[in-house]
Amino acid sequence: MTLMVLKPGMLSTVQDRGRYGFQHLGVPVSGAMDFFSHRIANILAGNGADEATLEITLRGPRLRFDADALIALCGADLSPSINGAPVPEGKAVRVRAGAVLEFGESIAGCRTYLAVHGGFDVPVVMGSRSTYDTAHIGGLQGRALRQADVLPTGVAKSSPYPGLARELAGSKRNFSFPKWAVNQHIEKLGRSPQLVRILAGRHWDAFPAAARDVLTSAVFRIAADSNRMGCRLDGPGIVASGPLEILSEAVTFGTIQVTPSGQPIVLMADRQTVGGYPKIAEVASVDLHLLAQLRPGDKLRFELVSLAQAQALWLKREQEIITIREAVEKHLNE
Amino acid sequence: MLPAPHLFPMGDQALIIEFGDRVDPVLSARIAMLAQRLRESLPIGVLDIVPAYSTLALHYDPAAVGSGTSPYEALAEIIGNWLQTQSAETSAAGRLVEIPVCYGGTFGEDLEALAILRNLSVEQVIAIHSGTDYHVHMLGFVPGFAYLGGLDARLATPRRDSPRPRVPAGSVGIGGEQTGVYPLDTPGGWQIIGRTPLQLFTPDASPPSLLNAGDVVRFVPISAQEFESQSKAAQ
Repeated sequence: MTLMVLKPGMLSTVQDRGRYGFQHLGVPVSGAMDFFSHRIANILAGNGADEATLEITLRGPRLRFDADALIALCGADLSPSINGAPVPEGKAVRVRAGAVLEFGESIAGCRTYLAVHGGFDVPVVMGSRSTYDTAHIGGLQGRALRQADVLPTGVAKSSPYPGLARELAGSKRNFSFPKWAVNQHIEKLGRSPQLVRILAGRHWDAFPAAARDVLTSAVFRIAADSNRMGCRLDGPGIVASGPLEILSEAVTFGTIQVTPSGQPIVLMADRQTVGGYPKIAEVASVDLHLLAQLRPGDKLRFELVSLAQAQALWLKREQEIITIREAVEKHLNE
Repeated sequence: MLPAPHLFPMGDQALIIEFGDRVDPVLSARIAMLAQRLRESLPIGVLDIVPAYSTLALHYDPAAVGSGTSPYEALAEIIGNWLQTQSAETSAAGRLVEIPVCYGGTFGEDLEALAILRNLSVEQVIAIHSGTDYHVHMLGFVPGFAYLGGLDARLATPRRDSPRPRVPAGSVGIGGEQTGVYPLDTPGGWQIIGRTPLQLFTPDASPPSLLNAGDVVRFVPISAQEFESQSKAAQ
């Protein structure tokens, strides 16, 4: 099965959980910005392991299916439709061969994830299918989708949701979907300002109390030049008491660096592996997907939590995903 | 003797081991060696081990590290105990990697200007640059880019006033007190003095990077003719 790219959209890239094990060689992790929605999309599409999904940004692509397919969409509401009929998110969807999936107005959030049963069959590079555009690594030819690309999907190992296939065969519509849905992933999108929890960073104490207060009380906006490398934040400056002598060292997904001008930058999926700016804080991993869904101009504010709280929240989230997987698996044979 | 390492959390899925606060080839060589050893007996749940000048970072999956106490506390204890079992020897002999470089001409457009600026002849610049052994402190910035220590102070030259929009892969440059090789075509502001026919980063190769932290780099001058033949051989 392949997807023909009729229109590429603003930035559509193949992503999985990311490329681990090579950061010591300077290779960024990349991977889905909102890995929560990415995982839910995979679960809904009946994919067992961490298959690659298509990360779709703000203005989505137009894609034609050359065979019947089982898909799922999760994340931002970018007004998806199939041959003109609105298609629901958070559901398994059976699509007829020849149908065209496209996107319209962006209603809420920034990124949505298209999972296809069997995954996208692009080469595994350094253990991952994730696209790292800057160095042309992974994904479809190391880059975002372009018009007339053909995106191959993997061989399906099973035939989940036989009822949906029967329903589609017996109808004139171009897609079918069940009554149930998974919608936990969209519950918090669209809040303004979005609340994002953070942990004190390596250089937290190197900033004066006034600067730390600004970080935890001010409302920031996502700057227009934000991208998969980082979310730049507009707002009051975070001023250090003097020049900080920092030796370059590792950074992570969610590290909040402060530039000499006082602008905070939250490092995201395509971040470099090391950095030399002071690290005032890190975003709690459990809230990274909320940040990934903010659009330029969207407001957010930060709340300080402890490491123990952040890890407990993360483990609880992992448990929720297991619960969702188990609930979805009960429907796979329906 | 090196100071006792300190462990710090970096967010809820990484920790940093701090061994010092200075740029020191002995320190980073030891960190690179520890990173290599740890990679060979990877603790459960650890996804990445990233050495830097004076620190070693571990990225981990909290759900995989173990239950009971908090994932950070559990991993910090494992790592703390492991560090105590490591001998205090400060360095292993680093691997010597020779990198052939065609200096000047179209491969090193800033060589002559740099020589004039530093009151040296072009030949002297080449002799000094290729007569020094450089220590790989760490990799980063882009895949395969090595932070080299040891540039002779006589060659230290500020970056160009305006960066070039595209510096070809393999270009050898000087920026401030640093020298290095661009592994990929990228924008860059360093003074470009030559180019190597070697590919520093090959995504499909194992390992994908020519250099690793702890290596020693020596630049070997080659002619334009040798560059052409070696670059054909490298493809």
